[in-house]
Amino acid sequence: MRKIWIPAVFLAFLIVMWEVSTRLFNIESWILPAPSIILQEAVQSWTNYQHHISSTVVLTLSGFAIGVSIGLLIAVLLHVLPFVRQMVYPVLLLSQNIPIIVLAPLLVIWFGYGTLPKIIIITLVCFFPVTIATLDGFRQTNRELVHYMKMAGASKQQMFTKLELPHALPSIFSGLKISATYSVMGAVISEWLGASKGIGVYMTLASSSFRTDRVFVAILLVILLCFILFGAIILIERFVLRWQYVKGENR
Amino acid sequence: MSKLEINQLSKRFDDTAVLENVSLVIKDGEFVSLLGPSGSGKSTLFHLIGGLFAPDSGSITLDGEDITGKRGKISYMPQSPSLFPWRSVLDNVLLAQELKEKPNRDKAIEMLNKVGLSEYKESYPRELSGGMKQRAAFVRSLLSPQKAMLLDEPFSALDEFTRMEMQKWLLSIWEEAKPTVLFVTHDIEEAIFLSDRILILGDRPATIVKEISIQFSRPRVEDIRLSEEFLHIKREIYQILRSDSHD
Repeated sequence: MRKIWIPAVFLAFLIVMWEVSTRLFNIESWILPAPSIILQEAVQSWTNYQHHISSTVVLTLSGFAIGVSIGLLIAVLLHVLPFVRQMVYPVLLLSQNIPIIVLAPLLVIWFGYGTLPKIIIITLVCFFPVTIATLDGFRQTNRELVHYMKMAGASKQQMFTKLELPHALPSIFSGLKISATYSVMGAVISEWLGASKGIGVYMTLASSSFRTDRVFVAILLVILLCFILFGAIILIERFVLRWQYVKGENR
Repeated sequence: MSKLEINQLSKRFDDTAVLENVSLVIKDGEFVSLLGPSGSGKSTLFHLIGGLFAPDSGSITLDGEDITGKRGKISYMPQSPSLFPWRSVLDNVLLAQELKEKPNRDKAIEMLNKVGLSEYKESYPRELSGGMKQRAAFVRSLLSPQKAMLLDEPFSALDEFTRMEMQKWLLSIWEEAKPTVLFVTHDIEEAIFLSDRILILGDRPATIVKEISIQFSRPRVEDIRLSEEFLHIKREIYQILRSDSHD
């Protein structure tokens, strides 16, 4: 974090190179617009695309929230019911080899072009990282602390709420960070498949009319959305896991 | 009154007898050490007292109540501090109480003040030194509602100087409330310095081979460590341990 300026300078250099080369080699702006053109478009057409943003944000956040809740619920269920875990866990792992996106047309047939199939897609891509990370966190619970809790006479419920759950929190946050990015991707792709509003829609429209600058604006918006969501989770993590960030006498 | 009684306790794992007919009585307010080499079945005995599993035969009673195979009847301090890293020191020392009843924060704060951890009550365990962590762990078991305490080599991971400091400190705290203590150690001097009585555990299967009463008056001072009597007891124990392992 201290040397953040080195990659920042590098990034700035790349953007300048992009700007210079598009001008130098007279690259047509429908193939590759210069950063300055993209920026200009982003500012000028704000009123044209702003309603798309809110639609995607709402979709992303609701899908993320539902996906994460289901992911946590599944993890807890599998954890407390070892038999179910034995049965379901391998299937769950196997299912992750299916790119969720190929299920999208099916979901459209079943649920139409409304919000529901989109939420389902986002949920499907989101829940898995959370489930796996959470289960992992439960499994890695410190043996010494488990032993202490047993000797102290903790009940199963106390073992879970006072030890296993807080112990799994760092893992859960890693899962959340992965899911956050997935949820934005899920939202945009589900919009491609058919929607009336959203960054995905704006992107498809721009692409079919060869407004490459607008495609870039849409990409920029997606990146921004990812960053904001990711950043928000890191902020919450810093607060919730503040014990991890205190200076230790011996680590 | 909290009298811990162990009658004819035996436990085998597969084909190995780990404990055989171990019997001992710890009177109310007595500090008894269990001394034996590592791997002599000390931890098995502790796990049985803690109720983690049931013995093959024999029983454990606390104040006449049969606690064989029952968990949470005894206050426990493990070898590693086992503090929860996400809890502040104050919340950590309240943990054992929390498992049984409504925790008493005021009393916990008072205890932390007494043991010199008042500045650290809002700190996290990783901010503490090894000795401070053990103090917090000890306060946690003191605040635990159970009357008898089981201390499992609590100072074995500390360096020599800190260990001696901690022994003195432990006695000063113990002498105030005089809880019933069963202290496991493999450190002969530690056992002599702290205990009213020492039980020497023999090797595989573990039985109590010798019982030694320590007559030093309380409160004890550091100087007794160098007294003729102390060294005499030390020699005696050393010989018992050595002859036992040569059998």
